[in-house]
Amino acid sequence: MIEFLIPLIKVILALVWLLLLTLYVADWVERKESAIIHDRIGANRASIFGLRMIGLFQPFADAIKMIFKEDFTPSFSRKFLHSLAPFLSFFFVAVTIAAIPFGDTIRIGSRIIKLQVLDINVTLLFVLAMMSLGIYGVILAGWASNNRFSLLGGIRGAAQLISYEVAFGLSLVGLIMIYPSLKLSSIVHSQGELLFGFIPKWGIFLQPLGFIVFLFAALAETKRVPFDLPEGESEIIGFYTEYSGLKWGLFMMTDGMEIVIVSTLMTTLFFGGWQVPWLQADGFHWPWGGEWFLASWIVVILQVLAFNLKVFFFCWFQVLLRWTYPRFRYDQLMDLGWKLLIPLSLVNIVGTGIIMSL
Amino acid sequence: MIRALGYFIEIIRGSLITARHFMANMFFHILKVLGIKTKRKGAVTIQYPEEKKELASRHRSLHRIMTREDGQPRCVVCMLCVTVCPSECIYVEAAEDPDPEIQKRPSQFVIDLNRCCFCGFCVEACPEDAIRMDTGKVEIAQYDRQDLIYDLDKLKE
Repeated sequence: MIEFLIPLIKVILALVWLLLLTLYVADWVERKESAIIHDRIGANRASIFGLRMIGLFQPFADAIKMIFKEDFTPSFSRKFLHSLAPFLSFFFVAVTIAAIPFGDTIRIGSRIIKLQVLDINVTLLFVLAMMSLGIYGVILAGWASNNRFSLLGGIRGAAQLISYEVAFGLSLVGLIMIYPSLKLSSIVHSQGELLFGFIPKWGIFLQPLGFIVFLFAALAETKRVPFDLPEGESEIIGFYTEYSGLKWGLFMMTDGMEIVIVSTLMTTLFFGGWQVPWLQADGFHWPWGGEWFLASWIVVILQVLAFNLKVFFFCWFQVLLRWTYPRFRYDQLMDLGWKLLIPLSLVNIVGTGIIMSL
Repeated sequence: MIRALGYFIEIIRGSLITARHFMANMFFHILKVLGIKTKRKGAVTIQYPEEKKELASRHRSLHRIMTREDGQPRCVVCMLCVTVCPSECIYVEAAEDPDPEIQKRPSQFVIDLNRCCFCGFCVEACPEDAIRMDTGKVEIAQYDRQDLIYDLDKLKE
């Protein structure tokens, strides 16, 4: 019974965390941050009993609006596939949260619980596979809508994601060579060690080039503004031209979830995941000598907080990029993918190999 | 590849500009939350229904009819405002005034604000300074079109 309950609770907690963060990042952070960049204030009118809370209720207002809007399916679309597409793209992004380690282990009684839903040997490959499968939702939406703009958006999405999938995968090869594992939890564990005795052995210090390639490829994976060719809201509306109501909302949620998932991936792979610098299982071990012992539950809370803080920073960073850049032209996009990022990631692999064999 | 590297620098510069804007504005927002008054504000927004911007002294707002000392409208029904009005929204009907110096007074003076474009030509044309647009009222929206047809009593306030 309890063996069944614990995974269930973990799944529910992870999904609630993902959906809440998505709702707030895709709606509240996006609107407020853009407003602050533009010297504006941003949405602050949604209130409960006159309590405004700087617009913190806005995501719920938007969600309620989306749920009660008319869900219109055009008569010329393929009904079943048209309804299937948003759920597919939502599902494939949502399952990736299962592989993300939120923290180390907690001990309740005699039971040791990992703060990760799914700890199989190939979690990294699982995440990459699920993120690539998400493109089926986009293609299906473009195809099933039976609208030429939707189809154009879907095909652009397919071309873009195939190009960047290569760089996305190759940029991580150097990382896998350094922390010889495809298991996200053991990658994070290896990042707790120290380099030269004082720098935390994070991916960003060992793989700076890999991180830059990964950053651009991951931004292209999220299909947001510098790389929003599939959507392109000022030229073609893209693959969700024929969607409305909750199905359109699901596509928007998928967008937001991709930001969060990409942020968790950046955190986990390159910024030490839940590792706090110099924090071991029993407390801080400062590199200049001296130790500061902490209870194990404080350590776990610090680790989970560090993970959330890093994820939130990268969400903020991606929203900042979205409000800075114009859209790439299609040929620039392909040039960047095939002629710059893929050669750079290959250089990264060869360089890592040479340095490791020295 | 080299050309692509060239715009990488500009890309980084661009995000630094937006990040600087964010940080500076966030700093002033936090100061405001902490209750510290600063000359510069985090946002230029005027939160409209609660705080209103002061209108310029020559702002053209809702019309009003000026009156003499005895409370009669100054209008002498010369029909200049009716003639000059580009949206033809003024309707004036004359009546005889007992004072032979004045001769005519308006029995009806109707401005249809549904049509008025607030150009202020009527104010410029009036030889008696009988119509002015300086009430400072700008929130004159109504749910019913009939409520936007202002007659003499409404214009005199």
